Parts: sequence; C-alpha cells; structure tokens
Amino acid sequence: MCGIAGLIHRGKSSNVGSELQGMLQALKHRGEDSTGYALYGDTDGKNFIMRFKVGENVGEGSSSVMEDVSVYDERKKIVDQTLAEMGAKVVKEERTLPYSLRYELDYNVKDLLEFSQRIESIPGVEILSMGKSLEVIKDLGNAKMVCDRYSLDKVVGTHAIGHARMATESGVDIKSAHPFWGYPFSDVSVVHNGQLTNYWNNRRVLENKGMRFMSECDSELIAVYIAEKMRDGATLEEGMKASLTGLDGVFTYFVATKDSLGMAKDTMAAKPLVLYESDDLVAMGSEEIAIRSVLPQEIDTYDPFDGEVKVWQI
Amino acid sequence: MANLKTVSKKSKAQSMGMHTEVLTGRTQQKFFNPDEAENFYYFGTYDVDFNKRTDLDVKDMTAPEANKEIDNLMSQGYGTIVIKNPQGKHSLGVGILNKLNLIFEGSLGYFGMGSCDGPIVRINGRVGWSCAENLMAGKVVIEKNAGSCFGAAIRGGDLICKGSVGARTGIDMKGGTIIIGGDAGAFTGFMMQRGRIIILGDVGINLGDSMYDGTIFVGGEIGSYGSDAVDAELTKSDQDWLKRKLKVAEIGENFDVSKMKKIVAGKKLWNYDNLEPTEKKGAI
Repeated sequence: MCGIAGLIHRGKSSNVGSELQGMLQALKHRGEDSTGYALYGDTDGKNFIMRFKVGENVGEGSSSVMEDVSVYDERKKIVDQTLAEMGAKVVKEERTLPYSLRYELDYNVKDLLEFSQRIESIPGVEILSMGKSLEVIKDLGNAKMVCDRYSLDKVVGTHAIGHARMATESGVDIKSAHPFWGYPFSDVSVVHNGQLTNYWNNRRVLENKGMRFMSECDSELIAVYIAEKMRDGATLEEGMKASLTGLDGVFTYFVATKDSLGMAKDTMAAKPLVLYESDDLVAMGSEEIAIRSVLPQEIDTYDPFDGEVKVWQI
Repeated sequence: MANLKTVSKKSKAQSMGMHTEVLTGRTQQKFFNPDEAENFYYFGTYDVDFNKRTDLDVKDMTAPEANKEIDNLMSQGYGTIVIKNPQGKHSLGVGILNKLNLIFEGSLGYFGMGSCDGPIVRINGRVGWSCAENLMAGKVVIEKNAGSCFGAAIRGGDLICKGSVGARTGIDMKGGTIIIGGDAGAFTGFMMQRGRIIILGDVGINLGDSMYDGTIFVGGEIGSYGSDAVDAELTKSDQDWLKRKLKVAEIGENFDVSKMKKIVAGKKLWNYDNLEPTEKKGAI
C-alpha cells in the first residue's frame, strides 16, 4: 500500500508545496517509509534546476550503508569539476543536507542524456530531477518531516505530484522513493501506487535500448517506459495509453511535465483513485481525505474507471 | 442435523418465504424460527425513537470517536441522527445493528456503513471504497458517486447510488439489491451468489464474471461479459419488479425498463455435488 496525490492549478499559481504536504500527510497511514514531492515551481525558465544526491539518508529504518560525510564532500567536488568541464555554470548552490543538493545551472543544451550520464557516472551520485521548473525532493519519513526538512511549504507553483511510500518491493532508501524523474527528459516526473509484474522483462528490453534504471523499484519502470515512448516521438498521453497494455500488474500512476499532469489506471481498476475536477483546479489522491485537506468544503468527486487515462494542462 | 428433503411440511420460516433452499444430504444449517423471535437477542442494539432527533458534528473527531458517539446517542433513544462534516473520513457508521435514521451531510471515505443490519441511511455526498460492505438489512442511499467494491458481500437490504460507481460493485454479494443510477466499472457482480444489481447506465468489462447466481439488470451499454455470464429473457414480472424497485428507490422512476438487459449465471462453471461444505471438510 502506498498513497499518491497530485494537483494542478489552471491559469494561476498557488502554494503547491504546502498544499501537497497536506494531501500527503493525510495519506501517511498508507506508508511513511519515505515521502517524495515533485513540485513545478514558478521560475523565470532561464536556468536548469538540478536536484541530486551524493549519498543516502542512513537514519533509523534506512536500508542504506553508513558513509562518512567526507565521502559526500568528495563526490560533490567531482560533480562540480564535471559540471565545469561540460561548460555548466553553477548560478546558485544549496546544500540542504549533507547528502542532498540543489543547483541552478546556466547550461544551454537540449539533450540531457549525455549530461546525465556523465554526472551519474560518478559513483554514489544520482540526479533526482533536472528541469527548468521541476524539483524532486524525496527522503525518509512522512510528508511533514520531509517538508520541514527541506522547507517546501513556501514553494509556489502551478502543479505538483507526490507519494507516501510503504516499501514492499525494494529498500527503504531515497533511490527507491518516488517520484521518479523521467530520465533524461527535462521536467518529467512519475509517482505510482501498485505493483508491476513484468518489471524485469520490460527492464531488460529498455536497457537494451539505452534507457537507464537507478533502482530496483518496479515503479521506476513507468518513468522509463514513458520516457522511451516520448523519445520515439509519442506524446505524453500516447505513452500513457500504451502503458495500459505494455505494463502488467495493478497500478494507478501520475505523470507530470512542465505544463501538464496526467493519470492512468490499470484495466482492472485495482488501485484506488479519487478525483476532483473544476475549471481552475484538479486534485486527486488515493483517498478522498487527501483532497479534503485542500478543499474542506463539500465537493463532487469521483473514481476514474478502469483503463482510464486523463491529461490536464495548466 | 436436518435433511430438509425429507421434511414434508414446510417450516414456518419457509412458509413465510424467508428462505427457499432445499438442501440435500446432511446439513448443520439452522434457520431462523419466527416463533422464537422474542428470544432472539442482538448484542449492542437499542430501541430508538425516530421522532427523537439530534445533530452530531464529527469535524474534529476520529472515526472511532464518531462511531462511539453515534452509539451513545442511540443508547439515549435517538432514532434520527444527522452527521455534520464527515469530510471523507473512513469507517463512519459501521456496525449499527438496529433501526435508525442516519443522515450524513457530506461525503464518507472507505468502509462507510459497513456490517450494518437495519438502519436507513442517506448520504448527501459521495462514498469511498467498500461502502455498506456486509449489509444485512436496511437501506443506504448515496446522492452522489461511490468508489469500488460498492456493496461487497451484502446479504440483504437496499443499496442505492444515484451517481456512478467504481469497479467490482456487488462483488461476492449474497442477497439484497444494489441500484446504480449512473455507470458502473469493471467486474460488476464479480462472483455474486445471490441478489440483484440494477444499473441504469453503462457498465464496464467482465460483467458478472464467475457469478454463481443472482441477476443483473443493465440499462446502458455493456463493456463485455465475464466468464459464465449470459443473457436471459426479461420477463413481465422482472419489469414489474424493476418499476416498483426504481420507484421506491426514488431513482429512474420514468426509466424504460422494457429495454433493459438481464444477465444471469450460465452455470457452466458449476461443479457441485450432493455433499454439503461441512461434509467436504470431513472428507478432506
């Protein structure tokens, strides 16, 4: 059991960090091994924002190996050096935690594949997100703990998706936590509730096509699967529709891009989703109480049917 | 032990139409005897007065606290209780085993009104998954939409959703009636064993999959039939029953029931023999 939540404001911005925190905290009983946020903030769109980690949270409950902070420092140095070699200028640097960093990069490139491959060739380094609006923040603990740790409650933007995780298929660590970045596409993120049963078959096929997997979490497959479809020219919605037959198992998942938010539900409708839709806001979550945290008044909600795919624009 | 096949005279319960089973072989099943009704005691029930009415705001209560307060009000004889601000909370109104007028002014989360026997409930909002699971008797009316597993395993009563419902509506139901004003999702009537489901709108794939018995009536389009679900003739008495039921349910009163499709079990999957389940256990 995991919980997912998402919202998109149409035609305006809002405090999506605080709103998503409320939605995910309402779902904490569905899992609080880790919580992740994919926030699409208001930016000037000039610089890339790279969220990356140089180590794991080794706190209580973690399945990661303890490392000294000096190891993190060393990895960060190599990242800085590699960025300089590639001509990427660090405009702003934040190191919220010893293992978690946020860089704003002045870097003019369209294909992020080579960039990402070089950065992630540094052992222990993983890009959590790369984009001009997207920031993926994920860590161990429930929504409030992660929100407080990273001061997310002040983030203003148009849309966001998030995940409260009960670890079942892989370890309790940041690399297995959701959301997953739709590597190597700028501003694409995915969260998933369910279980994919043809993970290894699909992974082998996709790896042979040059796609990258960072964890052994089955949910990562969705991000990679859709990214591969988009690489071949499909739209987000086409990629999501293909996933209904390409992925086997039970799932409800959200995908977000710079200007859109989509949901897909498997053909057996085995995983829950409640949806609220109005002219200026779409809010959805595994349970209605998630939506109620941002819309306490009486509203009309519904369950999307089996095999349904929907995409909304900002 | 009783062998009903050899009972020449119908029991009073059978005469009253309370059950119609004719079991073969030995059975340990005991039927309710109306003559002994006064000795029948249901733990945790109250004799309430419908004219005694009160409001209960559950905004700042947890579900257990709210349910405990409902129980407390019933113990004081309140027969009409209006619940304010349910706000999608899970498991509200569960385990009510006596008559009661219960009105929710808002929406419920998962497992609302589960394991009830007798109350008449109106929910002026939406309900989440597994609403009224295991309902024995009474009536639950939902004004808006409902989630999946609506009316799972109900044994009796009327369960009415005026909007649309999710997947697996009436899964494993053993009696009672479910009425849907809008559309229903996939696997509606999955493994149902008895009872009736009425859907005025469209229904998703695998309708009535592996149903043992019971009847499904569909007014709209059917995504696909499940394994062993087959069409049956819609009789005059079916239509009369549908009209009456829809009228009583305050839903689709003017709906043209003559165009509805009737789906029943093809019974090709049946593999029963004369042994009762308890005897099968013994044989193993």
